[in-house]
Amino acid sequence: MPSRNSKSVYFFYIRFSSMGKIFHDFGEYLILLGRMFSKPEKPRMYWKETFRQMHDIGIGSLTVIAIVATFIGAVTAVQFSYQLRGIGLVPMWWVGAIVRKSLILEMAPTLTALLLAGKVGSNIASELGSMRTSEQIDAYEIMGVNTSSYLIAPKILASIVVIPMLVVISVFLGIIGGWAAGVLGHFYSTAEYVRGVQDYMKNWDLVVMLIKALLFSFAIASVSCFKGYTVKGGALEIGKASTQAVVLSSIVVIIINFFVAFLLLD
Amino acid sequence: MIEVIDIHKQFGEQKVLKGISSVFEDGKCNLVIGKSGSGKTVLIKTMVGLVEPDSGDVKYDGRSFTQMNKKDRTILRREIGMLFQGSALFDSMTVEENIRFPLDMFSDMTEAEKLEQVNFCLARVNMPNTNKKFPDELSGGMKKRVGIARAIVQNPKYLFCDEPNSGLDPKTSIVIDELIKEITIEYNMTTLINTHDMNSVMGIGDNVLFLHEGLKYWEGDSKEIMNITDGELFDFIFASDFLKNLRKNARV
Ligand SMILES: Nc1ncnc2c1ncn2[C@@H]1O[C@H](COP(=O)(O)OP(=O)(O)OP(=O)(O)O)[C@@H](O)[C@H]1O
Ligand SMILES: [Mg+2]
Repeated sequence: MPSRNSKSVYFFYIRFSSMGKIFHDFGEYLILLGRMFSKPEKPRMYWKETFRQMHDIGIGSLTVIAIVATFIGAVTAVQFSYQLRGIGLVPMWWVGAIVRKSLILEMAPTLTALLLAGKVGSNIASELGSMRTSEQIDAYEIMGVNTSSYLIAPKILASIVVIPMLVVISVFLGIIGGWAAGVLGHFYSTAEYVRGVQDYMKNWDLVVMLIKALLFSFAIASVSCFKGYTVKGGALEIGKASTQAVVLSSIVVIIINFFVAFLLLD
Repeated sequence: MIEVIDIHKQFGEQKVLKGISSVFEDGKCNLVIGKSGSGKTVLIKTMVGLVEPDSGDVKYDGRSFTQMNKKDRTILRREIGMLFQGSALFDSMTVEENIRFPLDMFSDMTEAEKLEQVNFCLARVNMPNTNKKFPDELSGGMKKRVGIARAIVQNPKYLFCDEPNSGLDPKTSIVIDELIKEITIEYNMTTLINTHDMNSVMGIGDNVLFLHEGLKYWEGDSKEIMNITDGELFDFIFASDFLKNLRKNARV
């Protein structure tokens, strides 16, 4: 039947053209990142911009990260306490170890990264997008500024410095949250919790956490820069690009998360 | 002097520029006029390399722009100042930071020298004491003026202005035109201005180029343009029947 046939041809056409687009976009992404590595016109200006970005990303995200991390620590503590108490055979001080371990390996880096994919990702994409559509990027180019370097490198550098710091902060706050929740709920004493937190500490876990945090922050910043920098069109396009930046960088974070766990944890 | 040699540019099927050639001289205000959508902005952007031409060349005092590599283009661009159609001020920076940016990035001036240069340019465009304002606190005309100040802060040899007075009242338009004319003569720059404002044509048009359907339809100066009696350019200049009749009566 011709109609059915042409339908399936059309289907494959769509399939392949969208696959083609993904590869095309990925190629453009790599090219943009490649152009980022060029000699800065004035290193001082690049540092200044990097510090501005560090301030924006760091201070701008601190409150939300703090709130989320504290409550995640608290809820992890409450859930495990509830379950361990149900089993009854396990000492309650284990909860401290469990909270610490799950914060370090999973909760702190992944949740922080997902939150920041939303916040920092959309900020970066819409900032660059509106600079593109209002011709500010062209204005830099005309001055002789290498925009694929000046507008992108400081954002990526700032992210890979600040986001791991935020992850470390959220580990601490999560542990405090777990302590507060457990003590308020009379699951364990402060001494028990502290003992748990200090027990079974593996340095490798911290290394994995930092590797994750670095990869996540690079992914969020670079994907969002790419989406924003390559916007074409008007205000509507900026909105779309910033949504895409958030969705795409969240997906990339989740995928990286899996591979890091798969490759680095036995 | 800028030479434009047989520039072609098309977007998809649409041929926007179908072979434009011209010479723009130093110390003169060169105007490009034409209907909205006739390709004025595309022409300027091709000349400065924001849009790649399909064929043709642009020569800046004999230096072929299309044959330059990226690095040489970057260096040449430091001799270019440009005012964008929408001003394109950096909205995260104050007026002062906007104007100072090229100096920060490329010059070895001291802070005091930079500030002096910024204030000089601000005074030049008649906007003293607005250093600490942000672009969104300015009116459209003020943004244009800051845009001009930023374009001239490095004493460019070539100045491009894309519709410097669109959206401005006739008086402010004239002030801006006069300003561009003054600095063009003062610094002996090669200035290219896109406009569809007939006041500008009459006021500052040393050399006027009329774009129509992708071609250079007419070129001459502002005195010659008044002697046009028919054709596309006549329709463009004397757009309303009122003006056409006025013109006819004047000739009779
Ligand atoms: N990046 C682009 N992609 C596709 N088409 C474009 C692009 N830039 C310009 N065009 C088309 O080229 C034509 C000329 O546009 P241009 O902006 O140069 O007009 P203009 O003469 O500056 O008009 P105006 O006076 O309104 O500013 C228009 O039809 C426009 O649709
Ligand atoms: Mg235009």
